[in-house]
Amino acid sequence: MTGIVAYGSYVPYWRLQRGVITKSLGAGGGKGERAVASFDEDTTSMGVEAARIAMRNAGPNWMPHSLWFATTDPAYLDKTNANTIHAALSLAPSVSALDTVGSVRSGVAAMMGAGSGTAMAVLSDIRTGLPGGADESAGGDAAAAFCFGSEGVIAEVIGGAAATAEFTDRWRQPGDTASKQWEERFGEHAYAPLVDNAFSDALKAAHLAPGDINHAIFAGLHTRAVKAAVKSCGVSADSVVDDLSASIGNPGTAQWGVMLADVLDRAQPGQIIAVVLLADGVNVWLLRTTDAITKYQSRQSAALTVRGQISAGRNDLTYTQFLTWRGFLHREPPRRPEPDRPAGPPSLRSQAWKYGLYGSRDESGFVYLPPARVSMKSGSIDQMEMVRMADVQATIATYTVDRLAYSMSPPVVAAVIDFDGGGRFQCELTDVDPAAVKIGDRVEMTFRRLYTVDGIHNYFWKARPVKAGA
Amino acid sequence: MASHGIRDKVAIIGMGCTNFGEHWDKSADDMLIESSDAALTNAGIKLDDVDAFWLGTMGSGLSGLTLSRPLKIQHKPVTHVENYCATGSEAFRNACYAVASGAYDIVMAIGVEKLKDSGYSGLVVSAPADDGTKATVTAPASFSLLAPAYANKYGVDDAELKDVLTRIAWKNHRNGALNPRAQFKKEVPMETIACSPLVAGPLGIFDCSGVSDGSAAAIIVRAEDAHKYTDKPLYVKALSFVAGPAAGPIDPAYDYTTFDEVVHSADDAYQQAGITDPRAELAMAEVHDCFTPTELVLMEDLGFAERGTAWKEVLSGTYDLDGELPVNPDGGLKSFGHPIGASGLRMLFECWTQLRGEAGARQIKSIGAGKTKALTHNLGGAPGACVSFVSVVGTELDK
Repeated sequence: MTGIVAYGSYVPYWRLQRGVITKSLGAGGGKGERAVASFDEDTTSMGVEAARIAMRNAGPNWMPHSLWFATTDPAYLDKTNANTIHAALSLAPSVSALDTVGSVRSGVAAMMGAGSGTAMAVLSDIRTGLPGGADESAGGDAAAAFCFGSEGVIAEVIGGAAATAEFTDRWRQPGDTASKQWEERFGEHAYAPLVDNAFSDALKAAHLAPGDINHAIFAGLHTRAVKAAVKSCGVSADSVVDDLSASIGNPGTAQWGVMLADVLDRAQPGQIIAVVLLADGVNVWLLRTTDAITKYQSRQSAALTVRGQISAGRNDLTYTQFLTWRGFLHREPPRRPEPDRPAGPPSLRSQAWKYGLYGSRDESGFVYLPPARVSMKSGSIDQMEMVRMADVQATIATYTVDRLAYSMSPPVVAAVIDFDGGGRFQCELTDVDPAAVKIGDRVEMTFRRLYTVDGIHNYFWKARPVKAGA
Repeated sequence: MASHGIRDKVAIIGMGCTNFGEHWDKSADDMLIESSDAALTNAGIKLDDVDAFWLGTMGSGLSGLTLSRPLKIQHKPVTHVENYCATGSEAFRNACYAVASGAYDIVMAIGVEKLKDSGYSGLVVSAPADDGTKATVTAPASFSLLAPAYANKYGVDDAELKDVLTRIAWKNHRNGALNPRAQFKKEVPMETIACSPLVAGPLGIFDCSGVSDGSAAAIIVRAEDAHKYTDKPLYVKALSFVAGPAAGPIDPAYDYTTFDEVVHSADDAYQQAGITDPRAELAMAEVHDCFTPTELVLMEDLGFAERGTAWKEVLSGTYDLDGELPVNPDGGLKSFGHPIGASGLRMLFECWTQLRGEAGARQIKSIGAGKTKALTHNLGGAPGACVSFVSVVGTELDK
């Protein structure tokens, strides 16, 4: 039996209150909040964060044969984004890393690819639109990752169906910053029969009735069509899963993934979960939770559940900051030279360090970050073992707020941190209030995109305050 | 480790130093011509008399041609030296060794930096291609790490520490006001310093050294030849240069309240010069006050104050121009300015001026009263990962 053995979700720290948009523009916006990827995040780095949680939950004995990444907002074209996630997770070279990008439906490919064996699907998205538009306020940024396998399954896939049709509902050309949509009612019309066909096919094959479904996840960018689907499928009202639009917004490719993670965070054993995705057609999966889910839930840190991450957000992001981060407000750059682009050959040589945050430990136990070859204690050469620090917590030894350094979002908060069990590192802090930092604060590592020069994204690690209870 | 030093083997017989500042109208070439000509004139010799040259610059040129081209040096050895912000001192040290070895009779050490052509207000340094993982903090940010660590360790509260840092800047501006060559020739009220816009951590703009253009030069000969050129040579008592394993940023044992490299180079220099009580024996010190917390910590690292007490000594005026041990009587990096490659030689220029009794309004009284030695301290890098230079020079040959 193959199924989900572990999962992880990632909701970024920042929230934009939709009312802030209305206040600024006199239009747009709405109620509630949407999650916002910080200036140093992209779909790849958020995917890494979700995947790290999933890997941690899967335990050391689970290793994927392949890694599948899906997004509508890839950081790179031509270059495979999944490779960055692969490197950040320090997966073996023999593990394939594959992108399926471009549309929300790409996530289905990742699921199908990963779901057939011992593999991981990572769904990640940053969704916005032109200022004042519906996509801007309705969109959201988040990621989810699922580990599949046959041992320790917490939710088995018991069926599914699809319906495909070619119609012009939503489109965007490569390079465009916002998508366009045909008249809403047309999409509703086009999706309706596809929903009915796929949903009934899936139920029929699994010998289930709509009333058997305990958790019904309806997802898709076409809000009106999704609402109609909820009604037409005939599932019970209390089985319909909160789409988190009031707290996160709609994170496109990752939407159903985050909703599924939210369901798995609290589902009982033996429950039926239906996922109905409206994206250029309809895809339906049916899953059944197993007895293993209870133990899994008890091991998972409350701070890392979807709800835990939603409640840990910070919702005072200004609209101008949001626009700046998303590239809609072109602001005066810092009066400092741009950093150099990260060079290819040194980045390859230091792959274990740059992406995997490996240090080296000498015979005396001293940990070197970055990895050193010569022991400062004994002078011996290459008598080191490599140690991964990405999941080790640390304490702030001293810090500063740098108002001069080049940054997309000044000031830079820099700290010297001492890892539990040895190792010191000087790095940037992120997702932090500069005024609240203190010597002795506890921090954990997070994978970020530091900056982009000449089209090269500089991925590396920063530290952030430890999420409560993590 | 052997470090024998070259006490009293070589002497400075002439120095030159340009004004430091924003020299929009001068190139690095212009400044090299000006400082070298001043040093040669001061020593009473001609360019042709110089056997070899050591040029210090971090970013204003590569190779010996940077000096030989503008000066039209006729086929002589010119060595380009770089060692971060201690570049000028390193040029001087190597020039001294060349004379002490007997290889040459007369050499020149010269430093220059043209910083104000970059288009940016702070220091801009280019680095080799790398993997993009090096910390991106600026110089003021990395030195500002000293402040909370020092305050935390010695129980100084934030407001008190800010007063201490402010007083260091205030003192150096006050000294610079008496120095016609300084970039900032004016006193600055403490309130202005304390309320200046923040740059990094507790450091405001007035806690940072001046980014400036400038050049300084020294002519060096064997000690026994010195009196052929001047009645008042400056004998080199000690030269120490230390690079450490850059352990601070990777070693949890480092606490950001000291520069290990400075302690090592100071110990070495004092041993070379035979100094046992620097605070009592030195007439003055020029130290690397790149940022105010640096000067604070240096007072302890150089043995001018017991650990944890320098902040009190600063407040009581120990290092003022009329204090027990004047520090940075020329205004220091803070108000004289910091053209990287020139700074180490500029420090020696103030020793040259003061010890010869030529400092005018800022002349230190204790020198006339018999104190004959001065110290320069120059560092490059950041707390926990730096290079450090200490020299001692004096007007008397030791018995």
